[in-house]
Amino acid sequence: MSQSIVIGISDYKLAKGPEVLVTYALGSCVGVCLYDKVSKVGGLSHIMLPDSTNFSSKDFNRKKFADTALVDLVDEMKRAGCGNNRIVAKIAGGAQMFEVQPGSKLGAIGERNIICVKQVLSQLRIPILAEDTGLNFGRTQYFDLATGIMKIQSLNRRIEEF
Amino acid sequence: MFENYDELNEIQIDMLREIGNIGAGNAATALATILDEKVDMSVPSVRITGFDEAVENLGGAESLTVAVLVNFSGDAHGMIMFLLNVEDAKGIMDILVGEDESDEELSEMKISGIKEIGNILASSYVNAISALTGLTIEVSVPYVAIDMVGALMSVPIIEFGAIGDKLMFIEENFLGETNDLKSNMIMFAEINTLKVIMQKLGLEI
Repeated sequence: MSQSIVIGISDYKLAKGPEVLVTYALGSCVGVCLYDKVSKVGGLSHIMLPDSTNFSSKDFNRKKFADTALVDLVDEMKRAGCGNNRIVAKIAGGAQMFEVQPGSKLGAIGERNIICVKQVLSQLRIPILAEDTGLNFGRTQYFDLATGIMKIQSLNRRIEEF
Repeated sequence: MFENYDELNEIQIDMLREIGNIGAGNAATALATILDEKVDMSVPSVRITGFDEAVENLGGAESLTVAVLVNFSGDAHGMIMFLLNVEDAKGIMDILVGEDESDEELSEMKISGIKEIGNILASSYVNAISALTGLTIEVSVPYVAIDMVGALMSVPIIEFGAIGDKLMFIEENFLGETNDLKSNMIMFAEINTLKVIMQKLGLEI
């Protein structure tokens, strides 16, 4: 996987098979893989926060938020030749890294990220084919654009394919 | 007046470094007492970095790390994390409670010991800031997790990185001299808290 394209926190990138996209050590952030198996164009978005609507500043980073990042990534994928109804999603992350008291906003952010990602994907009419979300551990997410397979690596679990 | 961490000027950054020095100095004294050995503390670094760079500075996204997290609230809002690798966590607990048979994993009991040490250090840090500024600051109970440092850091990154693309934290490294035990303490604070502290200390902002 030495030639994997690395996606940082609150960033997204798109590429074409046989490239492999990777984002390391997702905690409460959510990694969203989008893929069109016909063109083999896919994208990976490392989402940090659910929605941008609370932020009035006009020059915020659109790649940070689920509501803006996914819309932009889908637009770019369509411009790169992805068919309108062919894009599918696989998602991972949104963990609760520390066992904080119930009701703390700190504990709920992973879950809020997951819920918001699902809402945005539903609005975009993109089906979620697989997910490995929640729980309490970090995940490194590989996305193989030759096959559309998402691989998840974490500390205390063998590598799982989705 | 600053609204983002990357707008802090040199004088303000110097003041934050001094706050780190006082807070972590108190924490290092506590750690030395716990370990019953001399603990050296680095000069505090005020890091104003992008999110990925922050994780890179702490050993790289996937490096296995033990983290104790304590929130503080009241007149000042922020978070302290006590970070160390598994070997050093084991080393500290071996000094305190003796070695046990399990040579790989940290036992539940030792994890709980590290959590309590993180709690004591974070409280020492906050108490020093409180005494310096006259602010009333409460600390939460401690939380502990062992995972990839990038995943652990997602918690403060999400909490303090919502506005802007930069994170600010004050970092100090501790080194226990006799047994070469390394650990690391980082403090995050909300922008408004930085303003309150600076005003309390008489800095025009």
